[in-house]
Amino acid sequence: MKKLVKPTRRDVLKFGVASSALAMPFVSRAWAETTEINMLAWYGHGEPDMVGEFEAANNVKFKPKYYAGGDNMLALIAQSPPGTYDLILSDAEFVQQLNTAGLIEEMNPADYPFDDMIYDDFKQFPGHWKDGKLYSVMVRCGHLGVSYNTKAISDEEAMSYKCFWKPEIKGKVGHFDWHLPSLGQMSLTNGNGAKLWDLDAGQWDAVKKTTMSLRPQVGGFFDYGGTFNGLKNGEMMAMVGIGDWITGVLEKDGAPVKSVVPKEGGIQWTESYSIGKGTPKADIVKKFIQYMLSPEGQVHSAQMAAYPGFAITKGGRKLLNEKNPKEAQRTGQVDGAPNDPVTLIKDGRIHYRDIPKQQTLEDWNEFWQEYKNA
Amino acid sequence: MAVPEPRKLDAYAVAWRLPMIIWQGLFFVGPLLFMIAMSFFLVKNYRMEPAFQFSNWVKVLTKGFFWDSYFLTLWLAVLATVCTTLIAFPMSYFLAFKVSETVRRWAIFFLIIPFFTSYLVRIFAWQVILAQQGVINGAFSLFGLGPYTMLNTQLGTLVGYLTLCLPLALILQTFSLANIDKRLVEAAHNLGCGRLRTIFTVVLPLAKTGMVVAAVFCFILSFGDFVAPYYLGGSKPPTLSIMIVDTSKSGQQWPRAAVVALMMIVTLLTVAFSSIGYAYRSRK
Repeated sequence: MKKLVKPTRRDVLKFGVASSALAMPFVSRAWAETTEINMLAWYGHGEPDMVGEFEAANNVKFKPKYYAGGDNMLALIAQSPPGTYDLILSDAEFVQQLNTAGLIEEMNPADYPFDDMIYDDFKQFPGHWKDGKLYSVMVRCGHLGVSYNTKAISDEEAMSYKCFWKPEIKGKVGHFDWHLPSLGQMSLTNGNGAKLWDLDAGQWDAVKKTTMSLRPQVGGFFDYGGTFNGLKNGEMMAMVGIGDWITGVLEKDGAPVKSVVPKEGGIQWTESYSIGKGTPKADIVKKFIQYMLSPEGQVHSAQMAAYPGFAITKGGRKLLNEKNPKEAQRTGQVDGAPNDPVTLIKDGRIHYRDIPKQQTLEDWNEFWQEYKNA
Repeated sequence: MAVPEPRKLDAYAVAWRLPMIIWQGLFFVGPLLFMIAMSFFLVKNYRMEPAFQFSNWVKVLTKGFFWDSYFLTLWLAVLATVCTTLIAFPMSYFLAFKVSETVRRWAIFFLIIPFFTSYLVRIFAWQVILAQQGVINGAFSLFGLGPYTMLNTQLGTLVGYLTLCLPLALILQTFSLANIDKRLVEAAHNLGCGRLRTIFTVVLPLAKTGMVVAAVFCFILSFGDFVAPYYLGGSKPPTLSIMIVDTSKSGQQWPRAAVVALMMIVTLLTVAFSSIGYAYRSRK
């Protein structure tokens, strides 16, 4: 009969030490578990060039869900359960609607570098504050105007939206497939200036008429990729509803395309970060927004691979000029430059993108569908 | 007179049919019923609210641009079906009657290969081929011709539809033609029937079912396709599938998108049932 071995105290201690040593990697792995941040944003914001550095430094992983257009963003968020998104990048004009729907958290102004912002308007951006409380922080912006192929349209011609009607480019004018920027530019063409979103019935009819008159020139309606390709392969010679955020990428690659703010004025797109309502990851999300507003984050943002934007803090602009003076020069992000985005705003040539004041978004969207089918 | 015995429930047969019934119920009938219900819902502040209102139907069906889009989609799908059938037939006839069994098998294998690649990837490849500075215009320029605009046109859309449908139509037609009893063709020839007359009076009637099924598949795929009209047609003007995306993307109007989708389903069911009815009529 086999004798039963009784473990000694030393055996028990040995076994305990050995088990602990073997379990250590699993324990440390559990401690170091990566935090996932669900992000709702325009394409590119969750890519490595934007978030890679922050991910590595903070052991987080971004899970982006991309959209194109503010109403697309609202639609996506409305059909998701509360708390789906920890971080929301929104077009500034839609922040108010996010807030009204109770989809974003209140933020503490002291956490963000408002004193470093390059222009006073950016500190109190419309819709970002409600009853003195902060709900969203602007992180970048850019300008929309005439985007064109320099072989088909001269720089002088590009100084007016009228160049879209040039007979030589019939069938070669493309639209970024979102009603807001395109119809906004048509409103500017009609001379509505600062009141481009606040149209009475007569002005709205006139905008529709102007837009319809452009239809024979139009060669297509494109998403981001299609817009990019259309300009790159020369299929489209001019594009309505975009700006340097697309042509900038192509221009850097040597394509003969560029964007300018015409004499009728341009539109500013503005992107802002908000913290998703009810997220348990508010602290790390806040840290990320702070990172994006730091000079390093602003330089990443200004040179974003998917589409460039303007740095909106003084620190960001300064560092961009040090790290990539060529890009700073190209985009006018140099103090005193004639095409300095801040100068353009101060001169009244730039209008912040907004939603229609006297019509509903549905009215504009319905007309857009009618226009596409014309 | 013998009284027919009441039919017993055959558990064995039911067991084999059950998975299909459950599958269809869960993934076809259920969603379809939900979509019908959804078409009566309302959208408030970008959120759908259950309701029983006809406003979405009225809104969509009274818009001129919906009907423009509807007839355009119908026209393009019919055109794609006719073109595919006409292009595929000589090739499938050749494969069915003029080559050996081995060659036919290899040909079928090569026709299946395109399905190994994503349809979207094939469409992006066509963008490179059809572009102003693309392969075709490059070839034309060697003869001092062009450039011609092919991308972002209805021609582009049609090329996309053919990319989607032609291999499938060819396979279906080939199988259908290959199953014809060759002795009947020989008999027609022996009785003095010319080649063309044999095709129209013997081959086509015998292969009618397969030919119609191939055409119906082509129509269904083209009618509902989003990729070709968007990426090769430039969404200009948009087809119904693009309209569904536009409607749901902007303003969360899923109920109106459901109306468009239901109109498409009704059209597809009408075309499919009437075509299949025609295909099997003489075989009863």
